[in-house]
Amino acid sequence: MHPHRISRTARWRLALAAVTVGTLAVTAGVALASPASTKATTITALIGSSGPAETYAVKNAANAWSKQTGIGVNVVVASDLGQQLAQGFASGNPPDIFYLGNDQVATYAKAGDLAPLDNLKNVKSFYPSLRAAYTYKGHLYAAPKDFSTLALVVNTASWKGARLTAKDYPKTWKQLASVAKKLTRNGQVGLCTNPEFHRLGVFMLQSGGWLVSKDGKTATVNSKANVAAFNFVKSMIKNGSMKLTNQLGVGWGGEGFGKKMCAMTIEGNWIAGAMKADYPTVGWKAVELPTGPAGKGTLQYDGGWGLAQASKNKPDAMALITYLTQTKVEMGNAKAFGVMPSVKADRKIWSKTYPQYAAFLASADYSKSIPPVPNIATVLGDFNQQLQGLPNTDPKTILNRINSELQSILNQ
Amino acid sequence: MLKSVTRRLREPGIRGHEAGAGWLFLLPVIVILGLFLVLPIAMAVWVSFSDWTGNGSPLGANAHWVGLENYRHLLTTPGLDQNNFGTALRNNFYYVILVVPVQTAVSLFLAVIVNRRVKFVGFFRTAFYFPSVTSSVAITILFLFLFSPSGVINKLLSYLGATGPSWLYDPRGLFHVILGQFGVGSSTPPSSLANGFFLGVSYWDWLAGPSIAMCVFILMAVFTTSGTFMLLFLAALQNIDESVNEAAELDGATEWRKFKHITVPMIRPTLFTIVTLGLIGTWQIFDQIYVGTKGSPSNTTLTPAFLSFNASFNSNEWGVGAAIAFILFAIIVFFTVVARLATRNPDRVPRRRRFLPTTTGGVQAGQSRVATGGPR
Repeated sequence: MHPHRISRTARWRLALAAVTVGTLAVTAGVALASPASTKATTITALIGSSGPAETYAVKNAANAWSKQTGIGVNVVVASDLGQQLAQGFASGNPPDIFYLGNDQVATYAKAGDLAPLDNLKNVKSFYPSLRAAYTYKGHLYAAPKDFSTLALVVNTASWKGARLTAKDYPKTWKQLASVAKKLTRNGQVGLCTNPEFHRLGVFMLQSGGWLVSKDGKTATVNSKANVAAFNFVKSMIKNGSMKLTNQLGVGWGGEGFGKKMCAMTIEGNWIAGAMKADYPTVGWKAVELPTGPAGKGTLQYDGGWGLAQASKNKPDAMALITYLTQTKVEMGNAKAFGVMPSVKADRKIWSKTYPQYAAFLASADYSKSIPPVPNIATVLGDFNQQLQGLPNTDPKTILNRINSELQSILNQ
Repeated sequence: MLKSVTRRLREPGIRGHEAGAGWLFLLPVIVILGLFLVLPIAMAVWVSFSDWTGNGSPLGANAHWVGLENYRHLLTTPGLDQNNFGTALRNNFYYVILVVPVQTAVSLFLAVIVNRRVKFVGFFRTAFYFPSVTSSVAITILFLFLFSPSGVINKLLSYLGATGPSWLYDPRGLFHVILGQFGVGSSTPPSSLANGFFLGVSYWDWLAGPSIAMCVFILMAVFTTSGTFMLLFLAALQNIDESVNEAAELDGATEWRKFKHITVPMIRPTLFTIVTLGLIGTWQIFDQIYVGTKGSPSNTTLTPAFLSFNASFNSNEWGVGAAIAFILFAIIVFFTVVARLATRNPDRVPRRRRFLPTTTGGVQAGQSRVATGGPR
């Protein structure tokens, strides 16, 4: 072999080695780079916004706090909140604070994604029921920011058309069935609502049933009371005075109601915004849901602010949460997108400002939130899927199935 | 060439020194594939055997080895995971079984038409291909409107005096509906079928067929992918030497016989490609479901790919989600092998038979061997 050739090979090998080492170093550096340990000067807030009004209101409040404190806030609107949160938690670099529904709180808390907020300054100002909805294993994992309850929404024109008066607002199941029958005329069905737990579940409560036993350890989905509740719903579906929105082919109760496909629906206070924006000509009124065999009952949706365990600036993030959950901001939100404030003391101001929505706030006295159990969102998701087939299925089949699913996550 | 051969004989090691350079040139690709393909797949394998809950790195302290637990949850332990997985498999199975043959047949048919010298052929080629280049999200939204209960399709049906179903809201299985016409009612399914279960789904439900909602996605898949596959078929058709067809015509072959005995055997490799691509694509259906129905109604459009996403991102069951992905991978490999066996050249006749003077089979064998591109 020529010496010249050998040296060229050697050079190649050297170059190869250098490039390999360099590449490996870069790769390893990228993979192992630890997140900066310096104190973050901006706080990221991830929100799942209902629309421009909500985004604007949250951004405004955050900017006001920034001006006070000099700490920047970056409000990010999620297109898919659950997915973006999951990515954040996995990367170890999640948004500092974020919207958190009470159906997900236990799942994330169990995984260690959330920092407890027991020491929040204004922790005592919230409704106790809202605090309970965000408490998992004795710790508060989100600051309640607002909530919404479900009530019966009535088309006033149809009501008059069926010769019904203010005295006829249904107080019992029997009356509900009877007005639904009377309202089923001129191609309009009496009552329509979404085939999901967070609508039809109100009948479970009115019937005296619930998802879990009082101690929260046993699933009671297939209790006699719940079977009676769904048999009542099904009887109305069978006699044609009630339809689920999937039978009508609309996305939600508000759409069916606004399009005058049904004269009554079970919806939350957000329907005010939807009616104003999409169906301004339809007159409506919200009344409390009827009393069932076991009393009053309705369900609520809770919104809260969660704090990431991996946040690099927890004290400031907590200060921001406190700011965002005080009366001034919450009443602004109420005005902007129609939610009810989580602060107990705001109740009076709210009911004075919005007397027309009194039914929603009155329902808050007895409404219930989903029990904070890890993975309950998955089980309720299946409940909703099964309820879509309610018109053709025996309620017992559905309830038995969901009961065993719920029991298995309670056992975990 | 001869020169290099003699040189190699004289100096056997000379190419060996170039191996280093070869690796050097390969290095960028190896690094990129390693970082973006091998490493993530290896991590996903690990996740599928772990109890990782999505907090921090899956290689960190928060993930523990749980063995086959996640796979057991899907395959043997009765519960929601198994039930959803069984349902998703059933839905996707009917989707694949209907979409792959139909889209293959339709695209071949379109290619044969477009391959002829007819007027406006350029227009048709573009028109057929158009759905394929449009984003699947856009097409899904278009279909949501078309198939809404008060949408265009039902309007058209009403002109014909028929009442259309509520399509994407209708969870009834197609076969159940047909059986219902013959009095095998879904109100009381045969107890022998209703009481037996496989993967948490009763035999009666396994036989449900695609739901009316899933049929919309089946139509959509045929509509969107036929154009792409038409192009592949068209390329294959244009590779067929015209003289072969002419020879067949001289022998008095009809159009159908020419198609069956010349066209199909000669495009067999393309056929395999298209069936394989179809199988892979249909088993992985995700975006249409994500945009369109998210598994509704009554889980009848749930698919393994969407379930994997849902289990991971929304239920925080990352191990289960990863396990679904790998079971799906195994299913796709299985079906691809089956497709390979099914489209394998069947007339590999003994060598001497080709020289027999009278049989047409000999000619055929020779032709198809040319078409498949030599020995395998």
